[in-house]
Amino acid sequence: MTIDRGRVRWQCRRALLELDLVFARFLDRHFDRLSDDQLADLDDLLRCDDYDIWGMVNGSKPCEEQRWKEMIALLREP
Amino acid sequence: MNVAKRTFDAVIVGAGGAGLRAALQLSEAGLKTAVLTKVFPTRSHTVAAQGGVAASLGNSTEDNWHWHMYDTVKGSDWLGDQDAIEFMCKKANEVVVELEHYGMPFDRTDNGKIYQRPFGGHSMNYGQAPVMRSCAAADRTGHAMLHALYQRNVRANTQFFVEWMALDLIRDADGDVLGVTALEMETGEISIFHAKATIFATGGSGRIYYSSTNAFINTGDGVGMAARAGIPLEDMEFWQFHPTGVAGAGVLITEGVRGEGGILRNASGERFMERYAPNLKDLASRDVVSRAMTTEINEGRGCGPDKDHVLLDITHLSPENIMKRLPGIREISIQFAGVDPIKAPIPVVPTCHYQMGGIPTNYKGQVVVPKDGNPNAPVSGFYAAGECACASVHGANRLGTNSLLDLLVFGKSAGETVVEDFQSGQLKLKPLPSDAADVSLARIARLEGQTNGESVHEVGLEMRRTMQKHAGVFRFDNLLKEGVQKIAEVAERAKHTEIKDKSKVWNTARVEALELDNLIEVARATMVSAEARKESRGAHVRDDAPDTAENPNGRDDANWLKHTLWYSEGNRLDYKPVNLKPLSDDVEPIALAKRTY
Repeated sequence: MTIDRGRVRWQCRRALLELDLVFARFLDRHFDRLSDDQLADLDDLLRCDDYDIWGMVNGSKPCEEQRWKEMIALLREP
Repeated sequence: MNVAKRTFDAVIVGAGGAGLRAALQLSEAGLKTAVLTKVFPTRSHTVAAQGGVAASLGNSTEDNWHWHMYDTVKGSDWLGDQDAIEFMCKKANEVVVELEHYGMPFDRTDNGKIYQRPFGGHSMNYGQAPVMRSCAAADRTGHAMLHALYQRNVRANTQFFVEWMALDLIRDADGDVLGVTALEMETGEISIFHAKATIFATGGSGRIYYSSTNAFINTGDGVGMAARAGIPLEDMEFWQFHPTGVAGAGVLITEGVRGEGGILRNASGERFMERYAPNLKDLASRDVVSRAMTTEINEGRGCGPDKDHVLLDITHLSPENIMKRLPGIREISIQFAGVDPIKAPIPVVPTCHYQMGGIPTNYKGQVVVPKDGNPNAPVSGFYAAGECACASVHGANRLGTNSLLDLLVFGKSAGETVVEDFQSGQLKLKPLPSDAADVSLARIARLEGQTNGESVHEVGLEMRRTMQKHAGVFRFDNLLKEGVQKIAEVAERAKHTEIKDKSKVWNTARVEALELDNLIEVARATMVSAEARKESRGAHVRDDAPDTAENPNGRDDANWLKHTLWYSEGNRLDYKPVNLKPLSDDVEPIALAKRTY
């Protein structure tokens, strides 16, 4: 099943401003170049709670899923 | 164009705390209820509320609703309606205990009761001493609340329309509300949601400001829809600001940083708070600090190429201390300001946080407008709750932890009123006018056909910059007057926005253009209302309305103890009295007094 890029882009809108800012930067820099596999990883990560994603991005929480690690690294880029 | 129609007993727009609480009331009473939401319910901005929810349970210290009511009226600088405030404070225990029964994981005392912590502005015995009134789930209160309410709604069979954006309110020739039009993002199709009752719970509109703590979804959709449909907006000049948001980003830097020794500096490196508050300096209260920062920026002593912020300096603290005591702040600064505060100061600016005004309602959650001499005549079929609504319990300034209480109490109350009106047969499914979807279809068609138009991003940026400069935390008559003109020009430009991507499916550019239409209404309302109010009250502080013996804190009760009503059509203002009379005889009115802490 193909993942709709537009849907994933919209789902980068989050409940916390911190994440909106991080994802806005990510969307500008990386989103259009993501492979289908990377897009699937991002789609999976986006199912997490906002505080969990923010914790992984700010380093206060370890990233436990192997498949999220690449996305978290891209999101962490200052 | 053929528009699909769906029919429900009730449609709720927004699935944050207020929308979910209202939905629960309806679904559990057996009403066929639809909830429209732009994002998945548990990703609503209620998640960001950390402080807790106020209720005079008296678990940790002695407390009662009379004291809570007094604190709320005083906090509102007497602009809050005392009937609604009495209702909210009296209902607080009930809605918190209900939430506990829904499985909300509140912090506990040793004997198993809900633990309560102190919070600014809340007191015992009418301002005598701090009280422990805030019920919290660690620092995730809003998050836990939203999850508990969502689960309960799933159980009650509430029907969610996730990733749907409501576009316009549908009113008939009598002015009655018959539902909304909405855009399904996945298909790009427009539908009509025809209902006996429509509840708006769309949250705040803080994205009108350049510096805002609000998430990107907070675009004032309900407020904008109501304004376009002819409903006046109440008290939109009142916005709560936090002194230290990261400049250009808005993310909050907690007051704790100044508590640890952080110093505010202007462009020449001067510790300017020494001039404004010689004793407390950087630890002065929020409004004093915000005002000093604004004055420095307005007088040309701001930092950066645009001289539009000041600096929060902690470079004199030891790196070990910063790493140990302020690790989150260091991360925020690196992420959002691009500076490591161990090495360089953090750029900060007063930042918009909470909207006190909104769609006028009474304590029952009914939307009310002036009609035939009654300043508060209910609009049949229309209800609102939470930050988008103005009951008015926060008046000119909100107390921390009263916002989560507001959305629980008035979400439930709006739901109860709808259920009562439904069961008594008062609510009927009135026939849809033939042009029910025309306004929305015209907006969409305008966007489709626009050529040589304005960029949504550019117009939005101009709006946010104009609001920040001309209607910020500390206000000046000349800036407000210019602001009224400027925001009218921005609103004119917003009528000609153009999107390059004309596709239908998941077209986020189109959604953002439609959101801007809502924000523009809020921005106009705020600027015009603020320019007109020639006093200082609560969060609305004017340079030309200072603290005098005649007008303590610049507040002018003789002329301005009244609610503002702004109408989009004609950009006109009206006013209505503040209700200084409580709901019942259980309590005397809280008499006017100077607001000092």
